[in-house]
Amino acid sequence: MSIVTVQLGQCGNQIGFEVFDALFNDSHCPGGLCSKRENEAYQASCKERFFSEEENGVPVARAVLVDMERKVISQTLSKAARSGRWKYGQHSCFCQKQGSGNNWAYGYSVHGPRHKESIMNLIQKEVEKCDSLSGFFIIMSMAGGTGSGLGAFVTQNLQDQYSSALKMNHIIWPYGTGEVIVQNYNSILTLSHLYRSSDALLVHENDAVHKICAKLMNIKQISFCDINQVLAHQLGSVFQPTYSREGSFHYRRNPLGDLMENLVPHPEFKMLGVRNIPQMSENSLAYSTFTWAGLLKHLRQMLISNAKMEEGIDWQVRPPLSGLPPLGKMSVNKETHFNTSIANLVILRGKDVHSADVGAFKDPALYTSWLEPVHAFNVWKTQRAFRKYEKSAALVSNSQSLVKPLDMIVGKAWNMFASRAYLHQYTKFGIEEEDFLDSFTLLEQVIASYCNL
Amino acid sequence: MTQSVVVQVGQCGNQIGCCFWDLALREHAAVNKKGIYDEAISSFFRNVDTRVVGDGGNISKGKICSLKARAVLIDMEEGVVNEILQGPLRDVFDSKQLITDISGSGNNWAVGHKVFGSLYQEKILEKLRKSAEHCDCLQCFFIIHSMGGGTGSGLGTFLLKVLKDEFPEVYRFVTSIYPSGEDDVITSPYNSILAMKELNEHADCVLPIDNQSLFDIISKIDLMMNSGKLGAAIKPKSLVTSSTGVFKKRQEKPFDAMNNIVANLLLNLTSSARFEGSLNMDLNEIIMNLVPFPQLHYLVSSLTPLYTLADVNIPPRRLDQMFSDAFSKDHQLIRADPKHSLYLACALMVRGNVQISDLRRNIERLKPSLQFVSWNQEGWKTSLCSVPPVGHSHSLLALANNTCVKPTFIDLRERFIRLYKKKAHLHHYLQIEGMEESCFTEAVSSLSALIQEYNQLDATKSMPVEDLPRLNIAM
Repeated sequence: MSIVTVQLGQCGNQIGFEVFDALFNDSHCPGGLCSKRENEAYQASCKERFFSEEENGVPVARAVLVDMERKVISQTLSKAARSGRWKYGQHSCFCQKQGSGNNWAYGYSVHGPRHKESIMNLIQKEVEKCDSLSGFFIIMSMAGGTGSGLGAFVTQNLQDQYSSALKMNHIIWPYGTGEVIVQNYNSILTLSHLYRSSDALLVHENDAVHKICAKLMNIKQISFCDINQVLAHQLGSVFQPTYSREGSFHYRRNPLGDLMENLVPHPEFKMLGVRNIPQMSENSLAYSTFTWAGLLKHLRQMLISNAKMEEGIDWQVRPPLSGLPPLGKMSVNKETHFNTSIANLVILRGKDVHSADVGAFKDPALYTSWLEPVHAFNVWKTQRAFRKYEKSAALVSNSQSLVKPLDMIVGKAWNMFASRAYLHQYTKFGIEEEDFLDSFTLLEQVIASYCNL
Repeated sequence: MTQSVVVQVGQCGNQIGCCFWDLALREHAAVNKKGIYDEAISSFFRNVDTRVVGDGGNISKGKICSLKARAVLIDMEEGVVNEILQGPLRDVFDSKQLITDISGSGNNWAVGHKVFGSLYQEKILEKLRKSAEHCDCLQCFFIIHSMGGGTGSGLGTFLLKVLKDEFPEVYRFVTSIYPSGEDDVITSPYNSILAMKELNEHADCVLPIDNQSLFDIISKIDLMMNSGKLGAAIKPKSLVTSSTGVFKKRQEKPFDAMNNIVANLLLNLTSSARFEGSLNMDLNEIIMNLVPFPQLHYLVSSLTPLYTLADVNIPPRRLDQMFSDAFSKDHQLIRADPKHSLYLACALMVRGNVQISDLRRNIERLKPSLQFVSWNQEGWKTSLCSVPPVGHSHSLLALANNTCVKPTFIDLRERFIRLYKKKAHLHHYLQIEGMEESCFTEAVSSLSALIQEYNQLDATKSMPVEDLPRLNIAM
């Protein structure tokens, strides 16, 4: 089954390119530590999901590119074409002349309705190319105007028009110290709207990825390209093919459906985070070896101590003794806190993957009490190695790890809202104070729900 | 991509405008080596087939034939505009896009605003509509003028209301030259206060600049150049004050060096909209992020570096120095000290070989020494444009919505009151039809209200920042 990707705004399009590039390069990586036949099956599965029939022998990404001004899309298209290995469809883009001005209201209330038909038509065309549609992957930032506002609008329309298809929104959480001054307003409006119309929100925080670039990849002058490549690597480790079940060598057909089933058991809890280890510069990789035991131990501790990378993990944090209730309800102010999960998915790729022991993730102490570990935890495997990593482990989790960032954004937006600053820019385009209040209410609810796990 | 139209009004406005077009051509020539008319150039220039007579000559793609500035030149005297039309830039301007008169406004805002305003309203509208028609998607009008005279001040602000009514969706960015303390025009306080009221009400965003600050910057550069050792090592093209590649010891026109600084300001302001980068910032984003309340739309600007040393290998320390300089009061284009006042919002527009980590490092470094208003503690808007300005490997334009702009306004009001109390020169204004004393009192009220807003914000400076109680959700 295929996934149609919708890339929105500058961020969405810049990331989208890196994602397809990473997926393609990995699937065409020679070797992969497995047989030729295995490799071919992997490639075919990846292709079915993300690329459509070749035009002149070059695979075309199953993607729709949307931006309200032209510069970024032109760049994205030409970068893909220049690689010579894959490209975007010539007619898969929608552009306008003037951007959304970092204004969520403009993206949602002006651009949305004005260009709804054109954009939905483009998506429809892409859907028709799929033999069978697994769902939509929508890449957008929260801080700007197009990705956030138009992204929310498009997601809503996808829900109306394709009610049986799944939607996962990939959201970029902005840096804590501003990239955009009104980013907190744009973020709360985006999150509250997506919470109503999307099936799952997969979040990447700029701050976290930036640290990975600095500490693990040792990049001195970090550019957005670097950040996006790390991000794409993490997404690739989630979305590349894996066996449909233990013991099988057939690749699973419906990645989105399976992700949702495993990770989003309840509509109140939709926020997903991803961690991937190991992650390092290519030079260091040549000198490193890993064991599954070591990787899984680190990954588990990253989960429960809410670390976003494998350096600086707090090993003091321990799960509460089973049988006993967790030490008080979670408070967003406590420094080190045990990160309770609703559901976890571990994805293992590489050598001797069948010998990896994931038992430690089945510990009921990791999970909230209303879900049994047998339902809350899943593992996907493939012995086909991912990119140059002999062994790599990814963890997609639905846990409390995003509560603190969410709480911070809501807090800052609330302070700004109390002063009424910048509101005139939103009311100008039909987003009233009431809409803000609705968003605040919904998000406080989400925070409370997660805190009470 | 969108287009912008520059409306240059009065002697000052036109002289600055002239420098701006010169530098814009130079910048585009440096970036666009193949001579293809692309979207970046089209933001400020039309491509015209000069063989075609009349209006039909616009060429939208392909090789550059003849570039025409998207500009309207207005002056109530002929001297300055004539000089432009006889100078090296004569072919850049469309002779039909001019409005001139002979007598001048006599440094009288009322003459510029009321007399010439009504006289030329139709003609102005016609020229503006024409320039808008030539645009595929017009986003912004840039008005350049001075506050202290008659034409730029009076007619320039009359224009604002016309633009607002006729093109309500197009942004109005105004670059205003405020009179310095030792201004030689006696009536400049009257003109400035009357103009301020119009700026308060009809401009989307104002970049106030004063001559004294520009002059101080030039003095600093001169000092560097003549200090012997470093003087020879400065790349002439990189001077924020230079117009051509030729380094002249004595400027042709007395204000050229100062005008070039303002011209560079406008180029850097629009660079992220015209050229590619990893984090673009369009003009509408400037307004969205830097104007928290409609009336607080005055932005203090600073440009760094002022010149580049010829040493090509610039160590990172220099990069960080660029960021530090942007906040120093010596680099502001108006007499202001943002570091010791309150920030409402700040934009950093970076050009050249600078990445997000450099930006973040410097924000973290400088944040502790700056004071931001309680509801906007992280009030930073940033952009990264890959194309550096001519002669530099990187540059920074900082735009601050900061209460440090208050002293300028208070000063202006003082000077006005001193004159007005004695009713000096008032009759020159009152004898103009449509002018009454209430015009003056209303104007000064408008300014006082604005100053009061800044005062209220300043009062919050020393208060501790507390988080407000959040919504309580029943579970």
